[in-house]
Amino acid sequence: MHGISGRRLLLTDEAIAQAALDAGIGGAYAYPGTPSTEILEYIQQAPEARERGVHRLWSVNEKTALEEGLGHSYAGRRALVAMKHVGLNVAADPFVNAAITGVNGGLVLVVADDPSMHSSQNEQDSRFYAGFAGIPLLEPATQQEAYEMTRAAFDWSEQWKIPILIRIVTRLAHSRADVVTTPPIEPVRLELPQDPRQFVLLPANARRNYERLLDQQAVFQAHSEASPYNVRTGGRRRDRGVIAAGIAYNYLMEAFTDTGECPWPVLAIREYPLPAAAIARLAADVDSLLILEEGAPLIESRLRGLLPGGKPIHGRMDGTLPRSGELTPDGVSAALGLGRPKPAPVPTVVRPRPPMLCAGCPHADTYRFLKEFMADHPAGRVFADIGCYTLGALPPFEAISSCVDMGASITMAKGAADAGLTPAIAVIGDSTFTHSGLTGLLDAVMENTSMTVLILDNETTGMTGCQTSPATGRLERIIAGLGVDAAHLRVVIPLSKNHDKNLQVLREEAAYPGISVIISRRVCLQAVPKG
Amino acid sequence: MHYDLIIAGVGGQGILSIATVIGRAAVHQGLHLKQSEVHGMAQRGGAVSSHFRLSDGTIFSDLIPLASSDLILSMEPMEALRYRPWLKPEGWLVTNSVPIPSIADYPDPVRLQAALAEMPHRIVVDAVGLARAEKSPRSVNMAVLGAASPCMPFPEAVWEEAIREQFSRKGAEVVEANIRVFQAGRNEALRSADTPKKT
Ligand SMILES: Cc1ncc(C[n+]2csc(CCOP(=O)(O)OP(=O)(O)O)c2C)c(N)n1
Ligand code: SF4
Repeated sequence: MHGISGRRLLLTDEAIAQAALDAGIGGAYAYPGTPSTEILEYIQQAPEARERGVHRLWSVNEKTALEEGLGHSYAGRRALVAMKHVGLNVAADPFVNAAITGVNGGLVLVVADDPSMHSSQNEQDSRFYAGFAGIPLLEPATQQEAYEMTRAAFDWSEQWKIPILIRIVTRLAHSRADVVTTPPIEPVRLELPQDPRQFVLLPANARRNYERLLDQQAVFQAHSEASPYNVRTGGRRRDRGVIAAGIAYNYLMEAFTDTGECPWPVLAIREYPLPAAAIARLAADVDSLLILEEGAPLIESRLRGLLPGGKPIHGRMDGTLPRSGELTPDGVSAALGLGRPKPAPVPTVVRPRPPMLCAGCPHADTYRFLKEFMADHPAGRVFADIGCYTLGALPPFEAISSCVDMGASITMAKGAADAGLTPAIAVIGDSTFTHSGLTGLLDAVMENTSMTVLILDNETTGMTGCQTSPATGRLERIIAGLGVDAAHLRVVIPLSKNHDKNLQVLREEAAYPGISVIISRRVCLQAVPKG
Repeated sequence: MHYDLIIAGVGGQGILSIATVIGRAAVHQGLHLKQSEVHGMAQRGGAVSSHFRLSDGTIFSDLIPLASSDLILSMEPMEALRYRPWLKPEGWLVTNSVPIPSIADYPDPVRLQAALAEMPHRIVVDAVGLARAEKSPRSVNMAVLGAASPCMPFPEAVWEEAIREQFSRKGAEVVEANIRVFQAGRNEALRSADTPKKT
């Protein structure tokens, strides 16, 4: 659904991507991760990206993506960088430091949070990161607003010479609606940075830049107070005021769809730092406050502070709303004290249906020989990682003992091996290996740790929809380059006819008292590379 | 006018293309829509659903509140029942009858039938059989959509147009096959006595 300008049906991810193209970006960098993946997927396929020569890349990980975006900005071009929330942990170092260097060409970072952990290992709230680094954050409530905010963010980023963070959440990222786009501008090309010290964070320069960043806080604050995204609406009742951040506003207004007006005063918040004066004015006008925000109680905890006193505040911290998980229209209705029709229960015949490996998936064949091997080694453990193969935790395999963060299979296996656990086996996918496994393997090579790394190479990034995997075609050379002994770098093909042979290879390598790597290679059944 | 539906199924059953066809029909009718999709891990053979909201006014929430959906449209019978809390008392449940028993504790057919029979407004069609009879076994989702179409606020001609658009890139034969399967599903539903005669 690409086009020139006008009205079209777009996911929020796609609306952001289209806005970045229309804002004249020169480059887009991302590492896939639900629910952010469709941003770069859209740009990969957009005809105007091709026509305008927009550089677009599935980077090796989120840190490299953000640094590439920063370099693009240095060179005077606009860059979009996208990732899921936990990706920002990986990119935290360049993220915090890019606030100190500032930018040249506009740099917009989109982070997609996943409250309720639909496809993630935690539900961390990226709004904390923006405050931590001291940069402005935008939190759209609709697809249309996501488009408009992304366009504005590039202008503000250049005006303030600061990266801008856009935070979306699963329900918005993956919801489609009609979006009206505005005419694109020409790709932006600026001079190189005038100040030779801007990007050189020697302590003396960093201190100077940091003072500048601190001075800018007042500018960001004033902008937020006057922002069209932080608006006061609502009715005349004074027994309560509502603060509704991001998409929480939609759930609030859902309760008043018929009239289109909430009877209580509402302060919508979609730009941060928090508009403190607007919040204070609302608080002065009402008897109590209800705070609706998706993710962690960031606003609520700020308003409560540490000391008792002040007007009653309700939200996630006093049980008015659940402390964890995403908001729902029903949960918000209940928090408002509004009645809702009682839902029928789920019939008892309905059973959970968790995801599973595709029939014929190469990972299943790998788990079969791995499981047989582990049955003979009850003191051993399998440290796994994140990808389709994490489903090896569920029946029928139940073969893995850990899945923590990308790359942690190898490093946890190493730490456990150092503590005497044997056999220590790491299981990691090819994309996860290049994302964060290389460095850990080098640790193991350094000490020739007694452990075996199984790389499940399906030649793609399967779980997120088959993006190109940086390891494809060069995996053996990468591993050899890290210093793994060629005699202990083995390649097997996970097919049932090879079961006994593969089991034998695993037995041999697990018995070797040093670092060994087995590549188990067969292409993913869904692999139709998307770019 | 507001109309909410939940599209349900198992990852890989083509619920997104049902959603796209409904989206095209909505655009033809000049309606606003919000359509949530499931991406990521759950697509690997897990339970998937899409909340679909249509209106001639503003749509606020991307999610449908409980007990307020007008329709559950499901590619699989047990999955249809999973979303019962969202259905309003006068809402319709339309489902393919053919189970995907991919889990060890899948309910036995008798209990599943009994649970479906408790739904006051339901249309259960053998969408697999209908698609096969039209020699288009990949169009099961269009049979279910056809069966649900009399419940939805679109005139018949709009559906055909939407299906044409959806499949035009795949050639005239595919387009016609999908329209035939859609019609077969629709006729099947219209034959059941208590079908709403909205359109
Ligand atoms: C830091 C971080 N970034 C991204 C993700 C999302 N994610 C999880 S696994 C994965 C890639 C899986 O690819 P691969 O390792 O090749 O395994 P496959 O799914 O192909 O079996 C991605 C992108 C994540 N969980 N954490
Ligand atoms: S997508 Fe590929 S790797 Fe993932 S389960 Fe299916 S076949 Fe296996």
